[in-house]
Amino acid sequence: MKPISERAQALRRVIKAHKRWDVTFGLVGLLSMSLAILTLVALFSQMIIDGAPRLSLDFFTSFPSRRAGQAGILSAWVGSFLVMLVTALFAIPVGIASAIYLEEYARKNWLTDLIEINISNLAGVPSIVYGLLALGLFVYAFGLGQSILSAGLTLGLLILPIVTVTTREALRSIPQVIREGAYACGATRWQVISDHLLPYGTPGILTGVIIGLSRAIGETAPIITIGALTFIAFLPPIPFVEGAGPFDWLFSPFTVMPIQIFNWTSRPDAAFQVNAAAASLVLVVLTLGMNAVAIWLRYRLRKNIKW
Amino acid sequence: MEPKLTGSARLAELAQLKAARKRKEKLIELFLLMAACVAVFTTLGIVYVLVAESLVFFSHVSLWEFLTDNQWTPLFDDDHYGIAVLLAGTLSSSGVALLVALPLGTIIAIYLSEFAGHRVREVLKPVLELLSGVPTIIYGYFALLFITPVIQKIYPDLPTFNILSAGLVMGIMIIPYVSSLSEDAMRAVPMSLREGSYAMGATRFQTAMRVVVPASLSGMASAYILGVSRAVGETMILAVAAGMQPNLTLNPLEPAATVTSFIVQVALGDLPHGSVGYQTIFAAGLTLLIITLLFNLLGHWARRKFREAY
Repeated sequence: MKPISERAQALRRVIKAHKRWDVTFGLVGLLSMSLAILTLVALFSQMIIDGAPRLSLDFFTSFPSRRAGQAGILSAWVGSFLVMLVTALFAIPVGIASAIYLEEYARKNWLTDLIEINISNLAGVPSIVYGLLALGLFVYAFGLGQSILSAGLTLGLLILPIVTVTTREALRSIPQVIREGAYACGATRWQVISDHLLPYGTPGILTGVIIGLSRAIGETAPIITIGALTFIAFLPPIPFVEGAGPFDWLFSPFTVMPIQIFNWTSRPDAAFQVNAAAASLVLVVLTLGMNAVAIWLRYRLRKNIKW
Repeated sequence: MEPKLTGSARLAELAQLKAARKRKEKLIELFLLMAACVAVFTTLGIVYVLVAESLVFFSHVSLWEFLTDNQWTPLFDDDHYGIAVLLAGTLSSSGVALLVALPLGTIIAIYLSEFAGHRVREVLKPVLELLSGVPTIIYGYFALLFITPVIQKIYPDLPTFNILSAGLVMGIMIIPYVSSLSEDAMRAVPMSLREGSYAMGATRFQTAMRVVVPASLSGMASAYILGVSRAVGETMILAVAAGMQPNLTLNPLEPAATVTSFIVQVALGDLPHGSVGYQTIFAAGLTLLIITLLFNLLGHWARRKFREAY
């Protein structure tokens, strides 16, 4: 048997070796984090260095052009805005309604199970498959053509699972006593939902809607698949101007920001890539801004509400 | 002003009001149910469109040829339709992406859940989530104009369009999907398990690797599966940075088309609807859907298999 002091020393060595692993892993973790964050920083700096000098008022008010120096994103941002309008008008009511049904009405039966399975599977379907659906259904079967309406509905279907899932979470986090209290006062089911659950759930629902829309505004693949043109040097008809009907803009050809970026990126001329960088900068500031608002909302929500 | 009803007349009026209210409630429920069914109709629509349009394709090209031919030249006169060529591109690009995303995502998840302090986590997690908020077209631009030139400095023979840089950027994009789901799973492991481990004299690292990770395997499995289906379905990064020529190779240093980037390529062209070349994109889409569906099923199975009940 070795003397006690020697055994203690051996033990200390073992403990030290194990603790070294702790420190090593902590460093590896930090390194991995910083690699991910560095990528984000590199991405931003690249865009700012290349694109920022190109950003001017003219860039926002000019149509795309064959000459890189005069090209702008007017038709792209107007298109993105109108497509998002259609997407929001479709996805927000339908998403919230289906969440309300699943959380507050649905009985445990095969139909409910079917809906649940479908929602969770749809969230994993690649976005380009939605593009093919839209191509077959909206563009050809329904005859909507390669229009703002087709694109908006496509993206609406795409973000529907996101809106539904977050709305359900928001509704689920409202304590049962609120519902019971309202029922005890004689409220009907719909009164409970519209007067209590929806107002209390609004911040959570809003977070989901913003995240969904920020995803939709950056989506490129499904819109390319439905065959949206890339060179559009006109705006959709404004309602009631020059004899245009109130809904003519829905059926107008269009382009959106990501497609404009794709178009410019794929040109060999470096001058167009500067345009791509500038447009990317606008798009990324827009989407990250929306994400930041969503994160802030979620943070406030967690902090302020104590049931 | 109408006189206020009394007695049985008043009761009848109330009954009428109640019936009206019930009718309205039923109507609302019906409307909500219809909204919920949109998800079912979407799935049916996807399956219907892909299968119906693919049938047109398969009436020209046999399934055997589709699965075994080793060339993919649907747009040439000498047309060949071997999906293996596109699958090779998808496989190598997803492989590169997952080699980045799975290890890094797991390490970051363990770090955030077991090592980082509360405040560090509150700051880093949202920043990390921003990575998945950047539109993929911008990642494509970044891969083509930043990552590829950087790699070319180290390895000058790299072509401008290649799977490697597209895959690397894809991997970075997928990290948050893997890390945040894994971290959620790890945080759901009860504190008592960790405390038991610490009480036995285990270090942080030992506790993380031997207690927390095994206990959260089911959640980590679904995180990995989500990462895989993101990688397989990713389109724009590859369309921009990996080139779009079909190339039967698993070598990430070469340009190659994937199932997804091929669809983009055809959609950008001006083939008429109904031609065989055009119908190929639906066959490619069906292949993609089947692959992601298989991974979804695998995910369900893994979740059930590794589920730990506390």
